[in-house]
Amino acid sequence: MNALHAPRRLVLWIALALLGVIPVAAAAGQPVTLLNASYDPTREFYEQFNAAFAADWKRRTGDTIVVNQSHGGSGKQARAIIDGLEADVATLGLGFDVDALAVQGHLIPAGWQKRLPYNSTPYTSTVVFLVRAGNPKHIHDWGDLVKPGVAVITPNPKTSGGARWNYLAAWAWAKSQPGGTDARAEAFVKTLYRNVPVLDSGARGATMTFVERGIGDVLLAWENEALLAVRELGAGKFQIVMPSQSILAEPPVTIVDRVVDKRGTRAVAEAYLRYLYTPAGQALAARHYFRPRDEAVGARYAGQFPQVKLVTIDQAFGGWRAAQATHFADGGSFDRIYGVR
Amino acid sequence: MSVAAHLPRPARGLGRGFLVALALGYLALFLLLPFGVVFAQALSRGLATYLHALTEPMARSAISLTLTVAAIAVPLNLVFGVVAAWTVTKYDFRGKSALITLIDLPFAVSPVISGLIYVLLFGAHGWFGEWLAAHDVKVIFAVPGIVLATVFVTFPFVARELIPVMQAQGRDEEETALSLGATGWQTFRRVTLPNIRWGLLYGVLLCNARAMGEFGAVSVVSGHIRGLTNTMPLHVEILYNEYNATAAFAVASLLAMLAIVTLAARAALEARAPELKRTGRTTGGHE
Amino acid sequence: MAFAEPRMPATPASTVAFAARRPRRVLPGFGLSLGYTILYLSLVVLIPLAAIFLKSGELGWERFGQVVGTPRVVAALELSFGAAALAALVNTFAGLLVAWVLARYDFPLRRLVDALVDLPFALPTAVAGIALTALYSPNGLLGSLLEPLGVKVAYTPLGIVVALVFIGLPFVVRTVQPVLEELDREVEHAAATLGASSGQIFVRIVLPAVWPALLTGFTLAFARAIGEYGSVIFIAGNMPMRSEIAPLLIVTKLEQYEYAAATGIAVVMLLISFFLLLGINALQAWSQRRLLGVAA
Repeated sequence: MNALHAPRRLVLWIALALLGVIPVAAAAGQPVTLLNASYDPTREFYEQFNAAFAADWKRRTGDTIVVNQSHGGSGKQARAIIDGLEADVATLGLGFDVDALAVQGHLIPAGWQKRLPYNSTPYTSTVVFLVRAGNPKHIHDWGDLVKPGVAVITPNPKTSGGARWNYLAAWAWAKSQPGGTDARAEAFVKTLYRNVPVLDSGARGATMTFVERGIGDVLLAWENEALLAVRELGAGKFQIVMPSQSILAEPPVTIVDRVVDKRGTRAVAEAYLRYLYTPAGQALAARHYFRPRDEAVGARYAGQFPQVKLVTIDQAFGGWRAAQATHFADGGSFDRIYGVR
Repeated sequence: MSVAAHLPRPARGLGRGFLVALALGYLALFLLLPFGVVFAQALSRGLATYLHALTEPMARSAISLTLTVAAIAVPLNLVFGVVAAWTVTKYDFRGKSALITLIDLPFAVSPVISGLIYVLLFGAHGWFGEWLAAHDVKVIFAVPGIVLATVFVTFPFVARELIPVMQAQGRDEEETALSLGATGWQTFRRVTLPNIRWGLLYGVLLCNARAMGEFGAVSVVSGHIRGLTNTMPLHVEILYNEYNATAAFAVASLLAMLAIVTLAARAALEARAPELKRTGRTTGGHE
Repeated sequence: MAFAEPRMPATPASTVAFAARRPRRVLPGFGLSLGYTILYLSLVVLIPLAAIFLKSGELGWERFGQVVGTPRVVAALELSFGAAALAALVNTFAGLLVAWVLARYDFPLRRLVDALVDLPFALPTAVAGIALTALYSPNGLLGSLLEPLGVKVAYTPLGIVVALVFIGLPFVVRTVQPVLEELDREVEHAAATLGASSGQIFVRIVLPAVWPALLTGFTLAFARAIGEYGSVIFIAGNMPMRSEIAPLLIVTKLEQYEYAAATGIAVVMLLISFFLLLGINALQAWSQRRLLGVAA
């Protein structure tokens, strides 16, 4: 550190820094780009989907398109878009977070969910159990999760969208049992969370706790995550158990109107989302363990997705906004089961 | 020094060995083992996989972004650190403790919050959000936001490193230089700087290491756009979340090695200019 | 120049003791350097932090009390500050030891060990958290050794302390080390020739000299640990009322799009931190003056 030259070197650094920043800012204008802000489990799927869409778009229009990807927790991504992340397309984990784009950010119209088929969810998933090979604790249905000595891994529903699906699936099962009421369901969920030794902040953190750290007997996970975990992290070490009933997890997609209108990308952004509904898009989704909406594609991948009774959030909980207020807001049922206000 | 060399040194022999063993044991437990985990994981699938993880395009763009950000943030805080430490140690004024505390404050601010403050300022609904949008200037979810968050997080390092060193030195040397006719700037360059060089160097190294490794604050303002706004720590998180722990730890190990490289640079500097290393001169001035 | 305040010349009795606190400023450039310091501080720290205070003001007093007064928030704040203080204390003793060994002794691989000390800074906190969890979880290298002893680290408050010790480790070492390196050893040698034991030399000569740096290091390690998030969430277990840190609650509020409530918790953390740090810094200034008096 020759300190004598510090001021001169500083000038040089600042000059270099400016040189570095300007091209980044200028490069934004060149080829048509889309930004898809998505949640964690879709990385692998959209990486391939983007390439397929770009090829399709090039064939149909002759234009080159680059789709950039941003991934993170669903809520965090929604917040980033509200705070100014210029995502043309949002493909998030739950309707509550897309609703926030309308309610908190005024970026999309309130009726966004009616704009695309199937509640704007081109693919679905459900909550399943991942257990250790041989299922040593004999876990077959939700009722087995509250037995003494069973350790359940699920993330914190306050910070993880996936965990909210888990929580609601457990609630819906308990309520659908003979004599099931909200009070009984709450008691059931409370007992279940007494068996949870770790509340990770995100879904993939919970998967790592279960798979790598060896904690817990059963992991509550999205079906696509469970299938991916079995394939990527240890075939033969884990197996998937499908409970008698689960929840239809609908991760919705939308264009972000304020952004596409500003950037002039509405047409291509809409085409991008519509491509999700084409057989090619549906097949890619199925290959990445998301349940496709297209029946023909579904039939081809039927072996991968066992039939199970699925309740929807609208039927069982009156939509995401009501579910959030009842269960996950401050003082909601989740806070109550931990005895905190 | 030649006289001193013959004198019995404190804590020789058994005590010395014990202290060294104790310190090394502690470091091994709390430092070496976690790093062992990182390197073991990084190399668990062989050197080729390791190198590939470091050279693929997304990793390269993350590395260059991290270097750019550090190259802006560190010099800014270097200048501030020297001036602030000088101000605090060479003058008396009221409210000094409060000023030092304010300099410390960014350390105590949760990384979650250090990112959030820039969202509150420059976000779409922030104080300057509308003005920025109208002029099409991007601050957060772009490189400037990442730089700001990094400057904030590494703000205290150089100043805080220098303050105890300058305090230990007092002001007599500077005052003597002035009384001998030196200007203020000459005094600083010729008298103060040589005295604080080690503290300064440590401060810069720490500031740099932290600037490159910062995760929480940058994560809030980055937007995580692959290839554009992902720094190395964010890239590590992405890889880990893709169940690609090997590549994640490979990139993390690169960050660890950057720290070792900066230390090696310091060692080279010492070798080139041995007179820089402890000259045995009295620095305290209060005896 | 609001801080410039003419001071009466010291009374004869304290002239010697307070020699360093000269009433007149001999060195030039006070206005310039203080002005620049305050300007940069305002731009980078104060104005951005003001945004937090203003945002939390949207809550109003009543709602503010509701947000930060709940048992859950109080428990989280106690945990964050308690674990941070404990970790900083561990690092103060261990850091002094490491700095001493690095500055004073030569041993094989000393340079390498020296380089290693900075690594906790360079490692992204999330990686640190993952690596530590891997080590201390029941199937990990250390966790499997501790498990039979009944010691659980991962997913307990103890795990939080371990993570905070790790991330705070360089602070004390790196603040004390330069002072030890610049310290004039001839005084120690002189003391030794006069028959002082090494313990006496350490307590009477070395400790007073490094005391301000030691306190600085403690302060920094403590401050850094209070708000730490990335490394802790992996190892903490995050159970409400037990192992849930305050920054996690801030994230929780954000996840519900309650920005004002999130900043409310942040403001409480900031204020507590500020006054704790102010207290430590005042203590340091006071002990510095006292020590200078003793030395003279």
